[in-house]
Amino acid sequence: MTMTIHVDIVSVGQEVFSGLAEMVFAPAELGELGIAPRHAPLITKLRPGEVRVKINDKETQPFYISGGMLEVQPHIVTILADNAIRAKDIDEAAALDAKKKAEDALADRTGTISYSTASAQLAEAMEQLKSLDRLRKLGK
Amino acid sequence: MAVGREIRTKISSIKNTQKITRAMEMVAASKMRKTQAKMRATRPYAKKISQIIKHLAHANPEYKHSYLIERDPKRVGVIIISSDRGLCGGLNSNLFRKVINQFKQWDEIDINIDVCTIGSKGAAFIGRLEGCQLLGQASKLGDNPNLEDIIGVIKVMLDNYDTKIIDELYVVSNEFVNTMIQRPVIEKVLPIIENDIDEELKGHWDYIYEPDAKEVLDSLLSRYIESVVYQGLVENNACEQAARMVAMKSASDNAGTLIDELQLVYNKARQAAITQEISEIVAGAAAV
Repeated sequence: MTMTIHVDIVSVGQEVFSGLAEMVFAPAELGELGIAPRHAPLITKLRPGEVRVKINDKETQPFYISGGMLEVQPHIVTILADNAIRAKDIDEAAALDAKKKAEDALADRTGTISYSTASAQLAEAMEQLKSLDRLRKLGK
Repeated sequence: MAVGREIRTKISSIKNTQKITRAMEMVAASKMRKTQAKMRATRPYAKKISQIIKHLAHANPEYKHSYLIERDPKRVGVIIISSDRGLCGGLNSNLFRKVINQFKQWDEIDINIDVCTIGSKGAAFIGRLEGCQLLGQASKLGDNPNLEDIIGVIKVMLDNYDTKIIDELYVVSNEFVNTMIQRPVIEKVLPIIENDIDEELKGHWDYIYEPDAKEVLDSLLSRYIESVVYQGLVENNACEQAARMVAMKSASDNAGTLIDELQLVYNKARQAAITQEISEIVAGAAAV
């Protein structure tokens, strides 16, 4: 009987593959990687490309990933697939955007305060109306 | 008939409110199913990556990443995950109460606080709060948020951690227990300290890192933090819909009892008016 290794491929949104395989091929940053059972522990980054899971001699399943990470433990291979293509400058831009939004929110602070004062005033007015209502009923 | 016009208008206005709350309840119920499915779908990734991090904490790397080293906290970062909209019962206020208590504790031991928020309720809350700084914000992410939407917020915090502006990072969000129960939790995500030792993984071993340890750990650990925050966000969304559904259900029920009571008052008033009219007529006839 041939040796097998447990393979899990997950992306953020779903579990893509989980099962036993004879061998896994993945596009690591330094070149294509083939992992057989009892491989030494390894962590590497993956390029966008094709991951092939050889389940037996007859069947090989291909999966496309747009980058990610790969971890190897002696009996288990885990592939964390990214959903989107990641690049440093894109992350930078996202960070700047988040900061800007925070500043906007703070600049908008007068707005939120006036909103909360308005709702407080509204509640007060409602209370007054209610007590007026009650007084009127008593007066009747 | 002039009797009880006020009551009648009140009843009809409550009926309108009830229609709205009932509609919101049903919308929330259907959204809850979707958000719960999403929560379940994102769980495998979160589980796997935290497993890898656990393995990593047991390895004996020649390179110690700063995310794995404890520092004496002088300033902490907090990412607060809240909902974008209100009308979901005590969900956000419970969360904020917990946050305020925690902030107070930090304040007493002179720890400064930096905050990033996800969701507009959180941003409004921090805007009113004194003594902490809002560094980044993401909101209006909808019911189906993407990981890309929150990368910016996380990056701001991680940059601050890297440059040693903050020494610890916390994520605050609601944990989904079941439809009726949502529990606010404050989770420490940085530094990553593994406490429970797995015997199987003990011993002196290390990974092979390709291309090199720093680069690999950098992207793995930032992905881990992203996954934790994203999982929190997705879970918080499920909490929001569940809480809204429950809140709207009780609002509809309350409107129902209110209508019943008012109807009773209205009927009594009408009856009294009729009786009075009859007795007036009878009295008039008797006088003739």
